[in-house]
Amino acid sequence: MSVKLLLAKAHVEGIRGFDVYRREGGYQSVEKALKQMNPESIVEEVKKSGLRGRGGAGFPAGMKWSFIAKPEGVPRHLVCNADESEPGTFKDRYLMEFIPHLLIEGLIVSSFALGSNDTYIYIRGEYAWIVDILEDAINEAKANGFLGKNILGTGFDCEIHVQRGAGAYICGEETALIESLEGKRGNPRIKPPFPAIQGVWQRPTVVNNVETLAAVVPIINMGGEEYAKIGVGKSTGTKLISACGNINKPGVYEIDMTISVEEFIYSDEYCGGIANGKKLKACIPGGSSVPILPANLLLKTAKGETRYMNYESLSDGGFASGSMMGSGGFIVLDEDQCIVRNTLSLARFYRHESCGQCSPCREGTGWMEKILHNIEYGKGKISDIDLLWDIQRKIEGNTICPLGDAAAWPVAAAIRHFRDEFEWHVNNPLEAQEKNYGLAHYADPIHVPVTA
Amino acid sequence: MVKFSEAQLAEVNRLVARYPEGKQKSALLPVLHLAQDSFGGWLSTETMDYVAELLSITPIEVYEVATFYSMYNTKPVGKYMFEVCQTGPCMLRGSDDIIAYIEKTLGIKPGETTADGLFTLKTVECLGACGYAPMMQLGKHYREHLTKEKVDAIIDECKKTAGVLN
Amino acid sequence: MSEQQLFKVTIDNITIEVPAGTTILNAARQIGGDVTPPAMCYYSKLEGSGGKCRTCLVEVSKGSEKDPRPMPKLIASCRTTVMDGMEVKNITSEKVIDARAGVVEFLLLNHPLDCPICDQAGECHLQDLSYDHGKEGTRYEFERRTFKKHDLGPYIQLHMTRCILCYRCVYTADQLSKERSHGVLDRGDHAQIATFIEKSLDNEFIGNVIDVCPVGALTDKTFRFKNRVWFLKPMDAHRDCPTCSGKVTLWNRGDEVYRVTARKDKWGEVEDWICNTCRFETKNTSDWVIEGPREIDRHSVIAQGHYQGSVGMNKPTETFAAVNAGRAPHLLMDIHSVSEVNKDSSL
Repeated sequence: MSVKLLLAKAHVEGIRGFDVYRREGGYQSVEKALKQMNPESIVEEVKKSGLRGRGGAGFPAGMKWSFIAKPEGVPRHLVCNADESEPGTFKDRYLMEFIPHLLIEGLIVSSFALGSNDTYIYIRGEYAWIVDILEDAINEAKANGFLGKNILGTGFDCEIHVQRGAGAYICGEETALIESLEGKRGNPRIKPPFPAIQGVWQRPTVVNNVETLAAVVPIINMGGEEYAKIGVGKSTGTKLISACGNINKPGVYEIDMTISVEEFIYSDEYCGGIANGKKLKACIPGGSSVPILPANLLLKTAKGETRYMNYESLSDGGFASGSMMGSGGFIVLDEDQCIVRNTLSLARFYRHESCGQCSPCREGTGWMEKILHNIEYGKGKISDIDLLWDIQRKIEGNTICPLGDAAAWPVAAAIRHFRDEFEWHVNNPLEAQEKNYGLAHYADPIHVPVTA
Repeated sequence: MVKFSEAQLAEVNRLVARYPEGKQKSALLPVLHLAQDSFGGWLSTETMDYVAELLSITPIEVYEVATFYSMYNTKPVGKYMFEVCQTGPCMLRGSDDIIAYIEKTLGIKPGETTADGLFTLKTVECLGACGYAPMMQLGKHYREHLTKEKVDAIIDECKKTAGVLN
Repeated sequence: MSEQQLFKVTIDNITIEVPAGTTILNAARQIGGDVTPPAMCYYSKLEGSGGKCRTCLVEVSKGSEKDPRPMPKLIASCRTTVMDGMEVKNITSEKVIDARAGVVEFLLLNHPLDCPICDQAGECHLQDLSYDHGKEGTRYEFERRTFKKHDLGPYIQLHMTRCILCYRCVYTADQLSKERSHGVLDRGDHAQIATFIEKSLDNEFIGNVIDVCPVGALTDKTFRFKNRVWFLKPMDAHRDCPTCSGKVTLWNRGDEVYRVTARKDKWGEVEDWICNTCRFETKNTSDWVIEGPREIDRHSVIAQGHYQGSVGMNKPTETFAAVNAGRAPHLLMDIHSVSEVNKDSSL
């Protein structure tokens, strides 16, 4: 069993309520932070912990906090990004639904560290019932003196408000989220200025993911240095992984980033192996935007080393032979799945979610979907594969926000690793309507050249 | 005439009070949710104009937002809306079959409403329930691990609630 | 810090000094010529514009003197300010040229290419952009997106199919009129400029949306299909207008005023906003004091019907006699009218 810092108590009966949560040691970090520490020392602890943003980009959280501008007389805000919408990702939902006070506790400490008296949780609109759960938790915390005016007699005031989105993946991008919080269309802003200088209502703002803010609780309780000892290298602490697709035990798992990908997929503690006795074909290890990997490159790196479930190991080999930790949305595809169809489904998703503000994403995502549709339905040409490659190349890096990259990478990776499957679709249009390309050679061991 | 009740107006005021002075536009998304739930499950021009007036913003600001977000319906919908996820992870677990089954059972295509105005089928993109796929949203809640039998049961349940089936 | 702090910036190997806070694009405009990136959405007179079309992407090969690291991605030059010692590559960067060709292709993907029947032809920034930075032919083999045409009141027609979503008209309405009644509806590849409910835009400055539109999406209904812009002679003129500056460009054919627009600088931007009365309702030459011909870039197709410094007022000086010792020109063929050219003179 690996260390559990966030979900250790998630299954305690009644943990959703304040009393049980408090009895189990909840809100200690608030007492410690507000009474024994000051904002600077909290930021320092978070920096020492090596905590990386858990939303997908993996940016060091402590560093992000230290960027916040502190102009005289201008209020600052902490905004919690609960707009979890990356396909394959449902970890924040689990945390908020089952142990909401952990998030509220993390938010109070973080608000104190950043000087935010009005903190907002921006939650995706579809999680409608979780809004009630969070508001109940906030009211309980307030009734017990952990929120509101003069918290624990320290003179610190803090209110937490829950804002519902209304169906837009793009609002997970922090500046689009800010626009949406201001009651506007979720069009990402052009940066600079960054939110730390001019965020919501032109005020300095920090936007952090749910899991990141919840992780502040154990960091304060155990100290940043102790937290950093868990895990490996720059992958410190624990990470929530939401596993889905063709596995026996889909769900949310907390890992300490020292286990191998193979163990994660096949051990009974986690995914419990591939469903229905099938074989592993491919996996998207960090949410739909990150590159898909064939089975052989997923379990071992191109150098033939074991691949682990952490930031560094998952990205070993760069995009040529690696992928990314991303948001921790772990999507497993078995031998019966069609890569072209899966890529088409994701391309449709990104076309649907493009805000339409900048031209490469607005026009390019739809174009890729149409071409993939043709290939999937037997109307593709071999030249379409190169065309797809060229389109994704012209979107990547050229858009206002990372949605362009997120749309380009899945297409690029699918062609990079599964080009023969695309070609088979084009060359066998009728057969491809009836059956799938199957496992082919995608699980074969990769030849590792011996180097002197 | 579109008009919130006293209780609903109090809720609007509570929402507006969460933002700094003069930033009442920030309440637009939650107020539109409230309006959609209160006035027939969709946002008519009249409803949107009313919301604009309540928040002292221009009507176009409301139209821009209402048409951007996928949860707002700017056209009437059925009493029960089946929003079935069709994105990658759900597709891997057979969402295409579920959608086809609903189409066949209700005799409607995605985007359509049954003649009795009871059901609307809508295909949606990832709702964050990938581990519990296939799934759909029905009102405020998710219905997960869908099978054909479960879909039948849900349809019956809706019909019963609507009083069409005893 | 003094306001006059100057930053040195090098664009395509040309170095200039500009005040701190200047964007790369505006620094490049000060140099002028080919090193200036094209801009389809940025408009210096409209606050908040820019960053969307991605045609002005440039490569920053050196961040600044202090931090010489290059920027990892191409950046929008219209929204990025220069740093001291910054080095920028525009047309000297293959990455930029490649990305820009991509952006042009994306912008044209769903554009109807109905230039032969579009009033904007000849002064269309998308046409210019395609000639300068695009490739011939398209690789797009699908049906193009179309929208219905809409009248936005008596003067303006919205032809959404041609729109490239630069948002300029939205900013114009926001910044020039009291209440904006059109905006961007829907999202992604369905996003459109619209009023939602059929509505006319009535504000005395709303006509300026026609001038800021880089394509033929917003056109002047009083000029629709009346003439090709390159057959008209643009003249600067003014009148005493109670609402606006009254400084306009008249587009004449003979003595007839075909249309009135604001005066545009060499980047195609309006110099002074004009009111609807000047634009749509003041179309007699006698209403205006004509200042002289408008200077038009010689590369523009409009320049072909335009004789700088001489239109309407001065008869060109005949120089033939002066340089030929008083002899009149000797005509090789005596043609009195064009229709006689092909007549067999032997008959």
